[in-house]
Amino acid sequence: MLTDIMRTDLEFEVWECLERVNDPELDEPVTDMGFIERIEVIDNHRVEVVFRLPTYWCSPNFAFLMAFGIRREIETLRWVRDIRVELSDHCFGDEVNEGVNSGRAFSAVFAQYCDDANLESVAETFMAKAFDRRQEAMLLGLRRRGLSAERIVSMSLGEFDCIPFADEEAIKQKPRYRELLLSCGLAEEPADLAFPTWEGQCILPDRLQAHLERLRGVRINMEFNGAMCRGLASTRYKEVEIGPDGPTLVDFIAGRVPPRDAAKM
Amino acid sequence: MYRTKDGKEIFVLDGHTHFWDGSPGNQSNVHGKQFIDCFYAYHTNLSPPEHLWEKARFEKYSEDDIYRDLFVDGPDDMAIIQTTVLRDFYKEGFSSIERSSSMAKRHPERFIVNGSFDPRDGEKALEQIHYMKEEFDIQGVKIYTAEWHGNSKGFALNDPDAYKCFELCDKLGIKNIHVHKGPTIIPLSKDAFDVHDVDYAATDFQNLNWIIEHCGLPRLDDFCWIAVQETNVYGGLAVALPFIHARPRYFAEVIAELLFWVGEDNLLFGSDYAIWTPQWLVEKFWEFQIPDDIAQERGVQLTDEIKEKILGLNAARLYGIDVEAKKKQLSAAPVQIAAE
Repeated sequence: MLTDIMRTDLEFEVWECLERVNDPELDEPVTDMGFIERIEVIDNHRVEVVFRLPTYWCSPNFAFLMAFGIRREIETLRWVRDIRVELSDHCFGDEVNEGVNSGRAFSAVFAQYCDDANLESVAETFMAKAFDRRQEAMLLGLRRRGLSAERIVSMSLGEFDCIPFADEEAIKQKPRYRELLLSCGLAEEPADLAFPTWEGQCILPDRLQAHLERLRGVRINMEFNGAMCRGLASTRYKEVEIGPDGPTLVDFIAGRVPPRDAAKM
Repeated sequence: MYRTKDGKEIFVLDGHTHFWDGSPGNQSNVHGKQFIDCFYAYHTNLSPPEHLWEKARFEKYSEDDIYRDLFVDGPDDMAIIQTTVLRDFYKEGFSSIERSSSMAKRHPERFIVNGSFDPRDGEKALEQIHYMKEEFDIQGVKIYTAEWHGNSKGFALNDPDAYKCFELCDKLGIKNIHVHKGPTIIPLSKDAFDVHDVDYAATDFQNLNWIIEHCGLPRLDDFCWIAVQETNVYGGLAVALPFIHARPRYFAEVIAELLFWVGEDNLLFGSDYAIWTPQWLVEKFWEFQIPDDIAQERGVQLTDEIKEKILGLNAARLYGIDVEAKKKQLSAAPVQIAAE
């Protein structure tokens, strides 16, 4: 038998895994967006995760990416032997749930709905936007430190690593920017340029301003969409839905449980 | 007519409104229910609390309601009613041109009713365009690229069948193509909200005006890039504008981007009625100033003159309305307060 404390510990491990799953379009973790509805650990090796999106019509390809992302991250936990992921209240929910729980590879499930094209082009479009948003936070941070355009565009990865940032957004985005630089092969060695474009080109000093103007548009769009998604999600699920067995870990993290004093009133 | 605090009269042409029936009686299936529920979520998420409606009224409102909300309580002088059929979701259509036109007949001087077609119907779509021109003399259409029909879950503006329809629109003088990019679902390899087909269509049909509703949201950044290159591309402000209440700073950033890239002559006010009512939107828009830091960074201003263009003059130009003559006509037939 699994005690409640052990179960809560395991559920918390699952939650931490899910912090690494991003909404591809917003470049924000699904946990921060309030998309995770329920996490359940059964018999200390089975995990069930239920998630939901701000509207019934949210992009199905992103729903697929998030569903498989949830599965992939939970698979990294050594104690897990069985995973079920469920998307609720969605126009493509049946297809997503069948696909993610079928045991088939992501690419095989996807090909079925893609006219034989692959998902990579859309995934890359949004990775480029995530890169732009993270890079903008770095460039603005460096500008605020008073660095010239020449100095910024010629900065190496090694130099970049040594720079302490002061503002919150830059501090948050620095490891995220670095991670994308490396995983996409845009910079690897300390001598490599820290600020290539997504296409791998260098930025000329007199083009930095125009480059920043484009990145600004990407960021404003993402922030706007993020605000819209959070608002719609909170509107769609504004009723507090605590299950018959009382609140779960996710209910507490999501702030769905009213404080004791408030409950009495 | 919106009257400013210092007594100036501002002509308001509401570029995006609906006369829909999303009530359970008209829903064909769960998708019909989810569609109106999604609209209601937008309404409750972004409206000030004193402007929230009960669900039943939101699902289906009367001819008196729309007249009062737009022209009596609201500051609109005129409104463009868009047609959105959604025939796989609603028995009699979500908002049909016939039902809207019958409502608009009571006040023809105030309404412009646009049509709609589905290029996937082939020959039948062309017949539909002829019918709408002859029967209702339409000047514009609204195209919803994400409409489900049978096995199809959406289409692109540059599909060959769509081009045949636009050729006919051009020939018949149907100049204004309002485009709403909802989520196009299949193929999944494509971005569901991709707006690049607008670029092709606008380049290939220079005579037509392409009004992209919601400014391409959630692809505002891509839309701005397209609009800066195409002079016949316009942005409708519906959905972006209500942020003026809930998140004024986000709205400031968005309007600054739009003024920078799209320009003051190519932006159109739209309330998206009945998702939102125009009274509070116009009031807040007129009072709104872009915060100094954003205005300076972007080098744009939102002056009274620019607001006047966005609220009505730009749309009047697209629809061939002589604003001075229209003002005279409307002041001779003021709104009937006792409409009910």
